[in-house]
Amino acid sequence: MNSGASFGQYFEGNSFIHRLDPRIKLTASIIYIVVIFLAKSLFSFALILAVTLGLMLSTGIPFGRFIRGLRPILFIMAFTAIINIFWYTGDTLLVDFYFIEIYLEGIINAVLIALRIIFLIAGTSVLLTYTTTPLALTDGLESLLSPLKYIKVPVHDFAMMMTIALRFIPTLTEETTKIMNAQKARGADFTSGSFIKRAKSLIPILIPLLVSAFRRAEELADAMECRCYTGGAGRTRMNVLRTKLADYIFLFSIITLGAAVVILNMYVPGIALGI
Amino acid sequence: MSILEVRGVSFSYKGSAAGKCALKDIDLSFQDNMITGLIGHTGSGKSTLVQMFNGLLKPDSGQILLDGKDIWSDEVKIRDVRFRVGLVMQYPEYQLFAETVEADIAYGPGNMGMSDDEISDAVIKSAGFVNLDPSQLKKSPFDLSGGQKRRAALAGVIAMGPEILVLDEPAAGLDPAGRREILGKIKEYQRASGTTVIIVSHSMEDMAMYCDRVAVLAQGRLMFEGTTPEVFSRYDELVRVGLDVPEITRLAARLDEEGIGIGRDVYTVKYAYEKFTEFLKESKGGGKNE
Repeated sequence: MNSGASFGQYFEGNSFIHRLDPRIKLTASIIYIVVIFLAKSLFSFALILAVTLGLMLSTGIPFGRFIRGLRPILFIMAFTAIINIFWYTGDTLLVDFYFIEIYLEGIINAVLIALRIIFLIAGTSVLLTYTTTPLALTDGLESLLSPLKYIKVPVHDFAMMMTIALRFIPTLTEETTKIMNAQKARGADFTSGSFIKRAKSLIPILIPLLVSAFRRAEELADAMECRCYTGGAGRTRMNVLRTKLADYIFLFSIITLGAAVVILNMYVPGIALGI
Repeated sequence: MSILEVRGVSFSYKGSAAGKCALKDIDLSFQDNMITGLIGHTGSGKSTLVQMFNGLLKPDSGQILLDGKDIWSDEVKIRDVRFRVGLVMQYPEYQLFAETVEADIAYGPGNMGMSDDEISDAVIKSAGFVNLDPSQLKKSPFDLSGGQKRRAALAGVIAMGPEILVLDEPAAGLDPAGRREILGKIKEYQRASGTTVIIVSHSMEDMAMYCDRVAVLAQGRLMFEGTTPEVFSRYDELVRVGLDVPEITRLAARLDEEGIGIGRDVYTVKYAYEKFTEFLKESKGGGKNE
């Protein structure tokens, strides 16, 4: 079984961030996201920018990869920014054209919202998707959520389901290509005709795909039972997650970043903004 | 005459390591009205090559000629090529989807725009070719046995009445009886309809039994192509690229080394028997005593 690295955006590497404990990375990401939304002054934005850039460079991942990662969210970014320009009211009116009123605060706010989205994507990809294998992530999640076991949440089962789902994504993708090719060979046409016709043309792909997914699920369940899998209770792991000194230092640094941002907000107002 | 020709075709999969080609400069023409076997080791490029024939894959360089015309000369018409070159993929039973076997076989002809009468005619004929009982046509394809599913999927392509029928490992995963049945049906169909048939396989025994001609692929290149006895007479080269020759051919080669020359082009037991009796007669006539 492949480590799941063939899927997703994981970028092979051995940097400081790659080696961090996934639990620490998850916790740090949550703190980082909170910090982004706490930031109000221009100084705090500059500080976050510096930290994010530093993290990016330390991973050894080519910068272009991050830029490409931002491309899919360009639309959402532009959309939220435009909405903000038109809907935000402030004191400095710049444009007054019939019903369109644009305020300086609106523009600044739009830029900051766009920046926040960029930080959000860049930061989480540095800490999580680009430097952590999907399997390590689920392991980390399982471990972090394990206290929920005491209120009868089947954390292990959810984690196992996620691991299996991740593992089967490449398999099912391959299967889909095969089935599509087989139906194309029988003259299937997925690209022309009305919407309803195109939706209907997917039936010959979806049904065999479902059938095969169920078959695989049954086979996997049998194989797991044959190896005495009975759920999480009493199961030990091959790779035990260990938090090292470097992990604690990293977590502490992120918390310090948060504290710095809060202090900057309070004492160095810059252009303090409402959101 | 050959309706399907491969000219200087090279291909490499996107994202594969640089310089790693799935196919390298392949030139091959398929004889009409014959069964040609395409053999090669796993990863030799057989499946890649057959997906070129109906335009599922597009060669990086070179051409696929159908009736002397490049199939990619008009990309919009690539679907018509798929109606003329019927491809049965590996494990075709996984493509079955309709509520009844009948409806599944009718999917291809329906896509071709045949009339209802033509379709039901094509369904009954093709089901007959692959030995599916009319009572099975009303069943769900998922209720058939493995071998029956395979044959139903085969009928789904035959029903389109392709001029060239390409089958990728049609016998893979079937038991010996199932193998014989499906390959026998393909041969019967070929003889009855005069369709040009191309079978991909790595089983030399099957190739020897059912093919008129054989083309050998190794590491993305065409090693040689010829009539079945011609190809099997090159025993040493086949073994060198890791292909398994039929046991009887191995025996003949071994006998040849020992000085019992019944010819190295032996590839079926029946032919070996004939050759051997001939050899015995000759050696008796020559006064030798072996």
